[in-house]
Amino acid sequence: MHIEVRGLNKQFGDFHAVRDVGFEIAKGHLIGLLGPSGGGKTSILRMLAGLESPTSGDIIFHGKRVNDLPPQERGIGFVFQNYALFKHMTVFDNVAFGLKVKKQSKDQIRDRVMQLIELTGLKGFEHRYPHQLSGGQRQRVAFARALAPEPQLLLLDEPFAAIDAKIRTELRTWLKEMIERVGITSIFVTHDQDEAIEVADEIMIINKGRLEQKGSPWDIYKNPQTQFVASFIGESTMVEQVERLRGFEEAANWPGTQALIRPEYIEIGKRHEFRIPSATVQGRVKHLHFRGSEWMVEVEVGDIKLITYRSLEKDVLQPGEEVHVLIHRAYLFNDNDTWIMENKLKEDPMPVHI
Amino acid sequence: MNIRFRSRWWSFGFRSTIMLYFVLLIVLPIIGIYTQSFKLGWTPFWESISDPLAWKAVLLTLKLAIIATVINIFLGTMIGWVLIRYRFPGRRLLNSLVDLPFALPTAVGGLMILLLLGPNSLVGSIASGMGFDIVFHEPAIVVAMVFVTFPFVIRAVQPLLEEMDKSEEEAAYTLGASKSHTFFNVIFPSMLPGISSGAMLAFSRALAEFGAVVLVAGNIPGKTLIASVYIFGEIESDNPQGAAAVSVMLLTLSFLILWAVNLVQTRRLGK
Amino acid sequence: MKKVWIPLTYLVFIVLLIIPILKIFTGSWAEGWSGFIEALTRKQSLHALMMTGIIVVVVTVLNTIFGVMLALYLVRATWLGQRIKNLLNSLVDLPYAVSPVIGGLMIVLILGPSTALGAFFEDIGFKIVYALPGMILATLFVTFPLMVREVMPVLQEIGAQQEEAASTLGAYSWYTFWHVTWPSIRWGVIYGVVLTVARSLGEFGAVLVVSGNIMNKTQTATTLVYQDVENFNVVAANGVALVLAAFSVGLLLLMEWAKKRKEVH
Repeated sequence: MHIEVRGLNKQFGDFHAVRDVGFEIAKGHLIGLLGPSGGGKTSILRMLAGLESPTSGDIIFHGKRVNDLPPQERGIGFVFQNYALFKHMTVFDNVAFGLKVKKQSKDQIRDRVMQLIELTGLKGFEHRYPHQLSGGQRQRVAFARALAPEPQLLLLDEPFAAIDAKIRTELRTWLKEMIERVGITSIFVTHDQDEAIEVADEIMIINKGRLEQKGSPWDIYKNPQTQFVASFIGESTMVEQVERLRGFEEAANWPGTQALIRPEYIEIGKRHEFRIPSATVQGRVKHLHFRGSEWMVEVEVGDIKLITYRSLEKDVLQPGEEVHVLIHRAYLFNDNDTWIMENKLKEDPMPVHI
Repeated sequence: MNIRFRSRWWSFGFRSTIMLYFVLLIVLPIIGIYTQSFKLGWTPFWESISDPLAWKAVLLTLKLAIIATVINIFLGTMIGWVLIRYRFPGRRLLNSLVDLPFALPTAVGGLMILLLLGPNSLVGSIASGMGFDIVFHEPAIVVAMVFVTFPFVIRAVQPLLEEMDKSEEEAAYTLGASKSHTFFNVIFPSMLPGISSGAMLAFSRALAEFGAVVLVAGNIPGKTLIASVYIFGEIESDNPQGAAAVSVMLLTLSFLILWAVNLVQTRRLGK
Repeated sequence: MKKVWIPLTYLVFIVLLIIPILKIFTGSWAEGWSGFIEALTRKQSLHALMMTGIIVVVVTVLNTIFGVMLALYLVRATWLGQRIKNLLNSLVDLPYAVSPVIGGLMIVLILGPSTALGAFFEDIGFKIVYALPGMILATLFVTFPLMVREVMPVLQEIGAQQEEAASTLGAYSWYTFWHVTWPSIRWGVIYGVVLTVARSLGEFGAVLVVSGNIMNKTQTATTLVYQDVENFNVVAANGVALVLAAFSVGLLLLMEWAKKRKEVH
């Protein structure tokens, strides 16, 4: 189902939960709504489902405005954060609920339910009650239940939040495969960036009720358009006075500008490890943390503290050691603008033309 | 579309019916009694209230209800504690017996007290032999009030004790507190909201009690005539005005108590 | 300490609850089996028990339906503002604060024969006060909070999510209520019914005022007990009281059974 949202607003009393959100989703896409808790993601999802009515704005499914349609008539499936399974019904009855409402024949219901139970790997559990299932199994039931009436749009509210970290990764892959196989347009809400990056075709970043950015995970990582997105996705260190770093002196032209520097944009090492040593600055290793597959290094350049990673293959550094630091680029932002600045010194000062 | 339209009308009608029922049944009568008592202006209202029999009845009710409530605070706290904290044979049975006064018709309760403590009974004759009258005097009224309001404090204290974290108490012990110190400084404060809201409910019920009291009080005007029986007498002697005036006094008092209970509870929840 | 408190608790229960209950039993047998039967088979006893029965059934049915619906609205309705909900919520408790006698008085004041409304109804041949409708009304008033107060916390505890899930699966409110909400609140409603039955069975003050206590016409079991005591016919009073007490104890047992059943589930 093709979905379009225009100028969506939601107010709860004085609290403005959703502000002017607009987007379009192509049929068959899997979208992640990502953002910190309490940022309005769930409100957007509930408005799409019809469980909450927008203060203003339009929700359009398939070119038809559905604002006034109750949830029963929107053709959606909803997976709740705590699954909201009917706790007095067996797995079978839970999955069959939506079909019974539609007054399908017993045989039809049986076939469809068994098909879904098999698809979700719940065979043998159909006569259990929700309290007899593990968290992962409950999630599968909720998923099967939502899919049973063949909805056009699947909405999932924090589908993995209540699941143990260990099986969460496993379930993620499972869900992504499942949704691809069914081919249904889906939107899920999460506050976990790894989850969004791994599962979603496209991510929408929501903060304080606003849609900050929409794009593929790679896009968003590479080209964050707001300060919030830059700091929310990936790791980064904030630098107040970036003009004091060599190669970024130009930043002084924009007073009040700050910078975000990702660890992967920083290289450290001995002098000989760099192709253009003149682009590096001097720093001192402050702390070293062993991170299993690499070193995390805290390094001080003047009074600016930076964080980066270093391969285990390279020479082991010692705390207090003087090192060369190469900063490839930084995200600069001020109140009006966000842009990427490359290290000016990396352009070879004495290019040799052949 | 048509179906939705119809269901919308349906639900509108349904909602209005429920709300109307509620307002007509609960709110309207209360407004009615206030307007009735002030219908003829302030003076008749004041006259009804300043009748010495009327205010004596109200004062007596207040006094006895306070005594009954204090007794119930002690009994209720003790029993609530014992039933939750100790395991002993018959505990479950006693726990279900607590609700008996709620289940029993109050008139039956009054009759029981009359039978037990009346002039022809064993207790009654011993007491009157000692020059001490129970039935048709104040003690019987207090007993009736205690009986009828018995479950309130217990039922308000129990959930608090049940949900109380045992580790709080244990923490106090590991910090060197003695048993009595722990009880009064750790356990008792967390029981207090239950005790107070239970006591207020018991008090307002004792103020309002009629069935059990009317049978045992003797209803001697100015001596053992409590407010609700006074109101009943006024109605019987066809003086609804006087009945309404005293009712308004009693009602206002009860509303204040109920409001206080609500305040205590919301504050507790707010925490 | 434990050695003191447990016997003390037993003592209070025995003195305050168990002995009185036993006394009713022994009292009604004071003149033997025949005295008890005679007390019960008097014409006024049978009539009074029938009146009580009618009141209990009508009141329980009405207050169950309206109480459950009102509880649903107070917890779930989105068409009521939070402030109005809070206000209504505190109004529900009003009958608790009102002495039953006053409850009866209110109905007499509004619908009595000397009022406009009362006269109107009497003209169309529908007598309210000093007749069954008034007694039912009085009992409805007194027992109204019981059902609402049993069901509301259950609804709050289960939350709205299961109902929302049902609505996204295409179920409308009626279907959702019976298939999703009802199974969860069933036990709360059963408690509410038991309490309402017990209270309407035992209601005395309000009914006494509204009914006028006319023998063989508007007399209920509890007002008959009162009248018998006033007439110093204690044995007869005991007979009827025993029937009422037996019912109450039965209801209490039912409640215990229900609680146990619920714990199993």
